[in-house]
Amino acid sequence: MSASTAHSVVDAKPWTRHLSSALVILYALITILPLVWIFMTGFKTPQDSISYPPKVVFEPSLEGYVNLFTTRSRQTPEYMATLPPPDNWAEALVRDRNMVIAGPSKFGERFLNSVIIGFGSTFLSVFLGTLAAYAFSRFKIPLKDDLMFFILSTRMMPPIAVAIPIFLMYRSVGLSDTHLGMILLYTAVNISLAVWLLKGFIDEIPLEYEEAALIDGYSRLQAFIKVVLPQAATGIAATAIFCLIFSWNEYAFALLLTSGTAQTAPPFIPTIIGEGGLDWPAVAAGATLFLIPIVAFTILLRKHLLRGITFGAVRK
Amino acid sequence: MAESTTRGLEKVAERAARATPPGLARRFSGLSDKAVAWLFVGPTLVLLLAINIFPLIWTVYLSFTNYKANRSARGYEFIGLRNYERVLTDSDIWQTLQVTAHFLIWTMTLQVILGFTLAWLINKQFKGHGFWTTIILLPMMLSPAVVGNFWTFLYQPQIGLFNYVIAFFGGIDPSSFSMLGDVNLAPWAIVIVDTWMWTPYIMLICLAGLRSIPDYIYEAAEVDRASKWRQFWSITLPMVLPFLMLAVLFRVIENFKMFDLVVELTSGGPGSITELASINLKREAFEKWRTGYSSAFAIILFVTVFGVANIYVKALNKVKQR
Amino acid sequence: MKKVLALATAVSAAAFAFAGPADEAQAQSKELTLCWAAWDPANALVELSKDFTAQSGIGMKFEFVPWPNFADRMLNELNSGGKLCDLLIGDSQWIGGSAENGHYVKLNEFFDKEAISMDNFLPATVYAYSTWPKGSPNYWALPAMGDALGWVYRKDWFSRPELQADFKAKHGRDLAPPTTWSELKEVSEFFQGREIDGKKIYGAAIFTERGSEGITMGATAALYSWGFEYQNPDKPYDMEGFVNSAAAVEALDFYKGLYKCCTPPGYTDSYMQEGLDAFKSGQVAMMMNWFAFFPGLHKDPVVGGDRIGFFVNPGQKVEASTLGGQGISVVAYSDKQEEALQYIKWFAGADVQKKWWSLGGYAVHNAVVQDPGFEASAPFAADFLKAMSGVQDFWQEPAYAELMLAMQKRFHDFVVADQGTAQEAMDKLKEDWVEVFEDEGKL
Repeated sequence: MSASTAHSVVDAKPWTRHLSSALVILYALITILPLVWIFMTGFKTPQDSISYPPKVVFEPSLEGYVNLFTTRSRQTPEYMATLPPPDNWAEALVRDRNMVIAGPSKFGERFLNSVIIGFGSTFLSVFLGTLAAYAFSRFKIPLKDDLMFFILSTRMMPPIAVAIPIFLMYRSVGLSDTHLGMILLYTAVNISLAVWLLKGFIDEIPLEYEEAALIDGYSRLQAFIKVVLPQAATGIAATAIFCLIFSWNEYAFALLLTSGTAQTAPPFIPTIIGEGGLDWPAVAAGATLFLIPIVAFTILLRKHLLRGITFGAVRK
Repeated sequence: MAESTTRGLEKVAERAARATPPGLARRFSGLSDKAVAWLFVGPTLVLLLAINIFPLIWTVYLSFTNYKANRSARGYEFIGLRNYERVLTDSDIWQTLQVTAHFLIWTMTLQVILGFTLAWLINKQFKGHGFWTTIILLPMMLSPAVVGNFWTFLYQPQIGLFNYVIAFFGGIDPSSFSMLGDVNLAPWAIVIVDTWMWTPYIMLICLAGLRSIPDYIYEAAEVDRASKWRQFWSITLPMVLPFLMLAVLFRVIENFKMFDLVVELTSGGPGSITELASINLKREAFEKWRTGYSSAFAIILFVTVFGVANIYVKALNKVKQR
Repeated sequence: MKKVLALATAVSAAAFAFAGPADEAQAQSKELTLCWAAWDPANALVELSKDFTAQSGIGMKFEFVPWPNFADRMLNELNSGGKLCDLLIGDSQWIGGSAENGHYVKLNEFFDKEAISMDNFLPATVYAYSTWPKGSPNYWALPAMGDALGWVYRKDWFSRPELQADFKAKHGRDLAPPTTWSELKEVSEFFQGREIDGKKIYGAAIFTERGSEGITMGATAALYSWGFEYQNPDKPYDMEGFVNSAAAVEALDFYKGLYKCCTPPGYTDSYMQEGLDAFKSGQVAMMMNWFAFFPGLHKDPVVGGDRIGFFVNPGQKVEASTLGGQGISVVAYSDKQEEALQYIKWFAGADVQKKWWSLGGYAVHNAVVQDPGFEASAPFAADFLKAMSGVQDFWQEPAYAELMLAMQKRFHDFVVADQGTAQEAMDKLKEDWVEVFEDEGKL
């Protein structure tokens, strides 16, 4: 699909163009609405968030974010009266609700877990994937096509199906609920994507550069490091972001194989509750913080998106 | 096409490898190309063997036993094909497969129609289409669990945005219906969210297909005085079809495994109305802890996806050849 | 590129370093992790435990999981041999499995050594929270928190003269907290859809949750009042005619009737939190919930104080309540069992138990419940004792999860999803349970 990037039909008429633009914009607005709503709910007070009819205009509040990062306990007014004045705005906000901040919540830890496991597994899958992709791209390997297909087919298993034996395996070697266990697992899942994408990128690097380097007396390894890697940098970066997004969003394995120490944010965010009810602003605040990096990456990745989501099968 | 390019490159690579004096390579690193190749591919294969293939074999093994992972003290015994027999004769399992089929058919239908239409409209190249395309793409990149969880809020009777919007345009009471709680509505509630999330996927791939059609084909059709309608059916659609089929393949595989989004939305309820195969599998494996039984179910699911995917790929190749 | 690679290596090395030795560092400092559900009493326990830290120098960390995920997460943790929790306040139904598979440390020796006597605790709680096999003197937990299912109602609404008059005209009796399920339904119907202070309100918030144990806990509250029995009292695991008895079918039908007539809209998947939401926002006249929440509700600025009243689970054919509550156990995989036992020893002290009750935890130590002032110490204290004298619990078998999930499915299918009849639901449930016990080799 490489060659033709030719644009469009033979000149669309202006009115069809206007009509299509109107329809697409309408769809885009509808599609973005739930995301805007998440963002807005994060800045509502709990009361505003469940008011009827739903509030579009409201006085913004940071209560959701305060609730997200703290645990609070309700106190009697008599007790409240004995307290010294609040030493920061968050404490003051919480006191307005007859509560005091009891300590930090688990959100920070879970978010950090997501970062550690996300970056750890991304680094490992890109590292291994680059090596394997280079080998698949440049060397004669017996049963190459079968191996490549085998690597891809590991993606077809339902995660729950794999989780059963992995649960048993991790239990016996003590990897349950550890960062290392999750990093290895996410790497194993991501590596199929990494190999397939990177092979595509490396295939596109003309061989002449390496040949020249080899003739200049470089070894294979030197040629790989000094010639191929810099050329593949964009591809490697794009692949890394795709791997990161997967680990960042992954839910099933995290739900089944972690319980606290290594639990990531996705299984945690839905369980954020406030005192006596689901605290939607806090959930929305957590979701917002969690989704923003991905929104940024998506915009950054626009050009490579197609390739990433099809395992390199469609390259444009 | 990608494949032929790859092949071409491979040949060059082989030639290059042969052209390199072996001694030269060895002098600097002590490694032959072959050694480098295996050194590079090895770790990946080892990792996949350890964390994918070994577990798969273990699952097969477990599927012939009555092992329960929460009852290690109890021991277990081989019971042959009994688990498979039980899975296949269990009416609850067949119900979850029906639910999965309903979900697959409707999400695919809606997403193909919407996705293709959107791609077709965007391909008109109106002003600012890049920006709006990016906006439309956002949902599919986000965490299904987190987003699915938030949709339960949007679906709340009365206070939920979804109910409010429907009530506003439909003139009904927003507390009169519950998308996630009603037996008749819940299967559609999950279809709606999945469609919201994944239509952009089909759209993006279709767009690539549309852009791969060179203008001169249409120009030739114009010369032949073919109507726009005819151009669409005999040029646009057939040329986009391989792309569309590929997109559908990926989506079918993913939605067959669907877990996170629907678990957070309904966790299978009300009753078992939205209990997809994966949700049932999770219940059997990690709540009831019937490890042997659920392993058999897992194998059956895997073989089904694998089989369907293979048949589909053959069909896809036929379409490509045409 | 080299720089990028070096940076990436450093980052990932740091990540690994963080993942590995962090665990070791934790083991060295004296710090216990206690796992429980995330709810009001847990906050009280945090407060209470500060005394323990002050006394022993052992720090306390807490891992509280919301109820809908609690069983799932914690059983998963135990089954994977995890070291997250040193102490676990686990649900009563887990005792069988946890004892059989060695997840919990057996406490008999420790109790003997420290002179902690189980006679000092309410007998129903010792039986339910501590023993396995049931009723034998083998203890796997110390009763930590007594609990049963009870009801709250809007006292302020019930006492309005115009509503009183209206209700009397309709039903010929006073509008008062119901004593039978039939009365409860009448009262619910009376309130359903009524406007109070310009707001439409609904009859009752009851449990209908699908995912964990919600609808089972709610529906069995009705079933027990109809005299439901799990098995033939003379022949264990003989369930035909018991599980699917005419009374059981009638009770389930009744529960569905209550759900259909008198719950707030969209109340299809609701457990404790949803019930609290509905009650605290003034949507419902009555709510079924655990006693554990009653201290918090009584303190609530909007619906608490004079506006709230409490009553025990109504009878119908017999008086009975669904049992809640938990015992505290030492996890067998913990590296800090010594310190964990030290905590239990401290917790079992009479003074600590008294403070526990005053903070909002349901202590079941005799020093608390047999205190002459106990019944007057809170508006729900007397009801609590009454409920605890007639509690019934779900199966506590090692196969409890399978039994529970079967009931969840059958009940939700029938009550909420409108599939089949009550008779079919109970028949199918019996078949499911027979299958489980056959697999267990008990049938």
